[in-house]
Amino acid sequence: MAMHAERSAALHELTSAPIQHAFNPYEDNGGTILAIAGKDFSVIAGDTRQSQGYSIQTRYARKVWQLTDRAVLATNGFAADGNNFVKKVKQRLEWYEHAHHKQMPLKSIARMIQTILYGKRFFPYYVYNILGGIEEDGTGAVYSYDPVGTYERESCRAAGAAQSILQPFLDNQIYFKNQTPEPGAEPFIPGNLPLSTVLALVVDSFTSATERHIEVGDGLEVYVVMKKGRPTDDLVGEGKLAPGMAVEELDALGEGDGEKTFLVTRSLKRD
Amino acid sequence: MDALASSLSAPPRLTRDLNEDGDDAGSSAEWGSQGGFGNLHSGFVGGMTVPRTPDPAAFLNLHTDSMSSNPQAKIKLAHGTTTLAFRFKGGIIVAVDSRATAGSYIASGTVKKVIEINPYLLGTMAGGAADCQYWETYLGMQCRLHELRNKERISVAAASKILSNIVYQYKGMGLSMGTMICGWDKTGPALFYVDSEGQRLKGDLFSVGSGSTFAYGVLDQGYKFDLTDEEAQDLGRRSICAAGHRDAFSGNTINLYHVKEHGWDFIGNYDLSETWYEYTQKEKGDKMTRVEAPSPMAVEA
Repeated sequence: MAMHAERSAALHELTSAPIQHAFNPYEDNGGTILAIAGKDFSVIAGDTRQSQGYSIQTRYARKVWQLTDRAVLATNGFAADGNNFVKKVKQRLEWYEHAHHKQMPLKSIARMIQTILYGKRFFPYYVYNILGGIEEDGTGAVYSYDPVGTYERESCRAAGAAQSILQPFLDNQIYFKNQTPEPGAEPFIPGNLPLSTVLALVVDSFTSATERHIEVGDGLEVYVVMKKGRPTDDLVGEGKLAPGMAVEELDALGEGDGEKTFLVTRSLKRD
Repeated sequence: MDALASSLSAPPRLTRDLNEDGDDAGSSAEWGSQGGFGNLHSGFVGGMTVPRTPDPAAFLNLHTDSMSSNPQAKIKLAHGTTTLAFRFKGGIIVAVDSRATAGSYIASGTVKKVIEINPYLLGTMAGGAADCQYWETYLGMQCRLHELRNKERISVAAASKILSNIVYQYKGMGLSMGTMICGWDKTGPALFYVDSEGQRLKGDLFSVGSGSTFAYGVLDQGYKFDLTDEEAQDLGRRSICAAGHRDAFSGNTINLYHVKEHGWDFIGNYDLSETWYEYTQKEKGDKMTRVEAPSPMAVEA
């Protein structure tokens, strides 16, 4: 928190220019997050690099968080604000669980995040959030936010440093923007891609962003939330993942008889 | 006596709200399911955190890009762009675009700028997207409370005044919204313009946002009160189409709503580029028939 201009006393005396003092509590810690919703699953991903200017603070800082058995939140922007925000959301989710003996539904978490963000409308969290998970009707969902709480349900969203690199690619591959089916071929149906395709798109997005953006790299974490009862063999089956990728099933946070969450990890280039 | 008087008078709302610290354990209402809205009955808007600087509004101005006027600011807020609404004999037409920009980047092309406050009230979004979305949702809750307390639906005039009174409390603190509250009540179709400066106007025709001048151009030349439903819907769609075509900050798709006596109807979502192409093709077609007019075969009724 730089409350004062960083100048030495000697320098101070040499200059006649007025020194402006400003409260500057914000920092941009780079990195990128991304989420894609499928018919009965949702994929939420983020890289693990945290930087400050041109220097890397750490090669592993978490940006994607499992909130409930059916909700995963990705945060990007100012890491301190992001961590604090997630802490506050988790606390409110715990209170809800104590009051109602069940986990908060995804659409309610989505609205709650809006009210928490807007509560700091005049001193915003410098955080871009993407919430992904499974809705009560079993559909995969992605909600994206601006720092003061505007939100919208979408099929896919990229945020952070490489947003402007990734979003046009997703528009083309997920929403089939500017693509025309061959004459006589089936029309494109957005939001219906199989998990293997979605996972490949996510990995290609991050390896490509790593090549062209200095603030993206080091590691990739991809959370996959699946609808209750959905077969999991297209993710955990033999030879389903590309070499260098690992998958683990995460323990249930609630009753454990519903949705399943998996964590897929992979390394990214570290230069 | 003073103690009694002060205990009976309403708390100084704004100052108490704004001094509340964001890091406290939270009010008791936050513990339940109401997500911070559990204190709604007291008319008390939950704790707004404010930076501890001499001038909080200046702090916000320094760090947020309000209306693309501060492009070097880190925090870029999504904002809305072309919206219109007009009253005619068949009710109210509400048409908006769906583009949100952060600087020159198109942050979203699928924004819902018509906020469905309840089944018979609509609000539009221009200016700060979060300000409009949050306060119009909040307005929806206040309207429901009015219904429960008075066994009667709230009038559009009263609803719009609740909103303008809220934003007036925050005047000068950096809220940015230009909204139209549209609905049908005992008095028939009613349309109000409310903005964050505290202005509240009743009227027949409004357009708000950076593309509003282009929309007004088309709207004014085609508007009359006696429009049929189809003509009115087409005028709304055409006006947003013109604005989206000429204003770089507007575009993507058009959302069209029609407020009738039974409440609002969602008419449709139209791709702006395709709509523009349809209109220009139709004009070209009209010209063709005019050129070929000498031949009676080419003229079809």
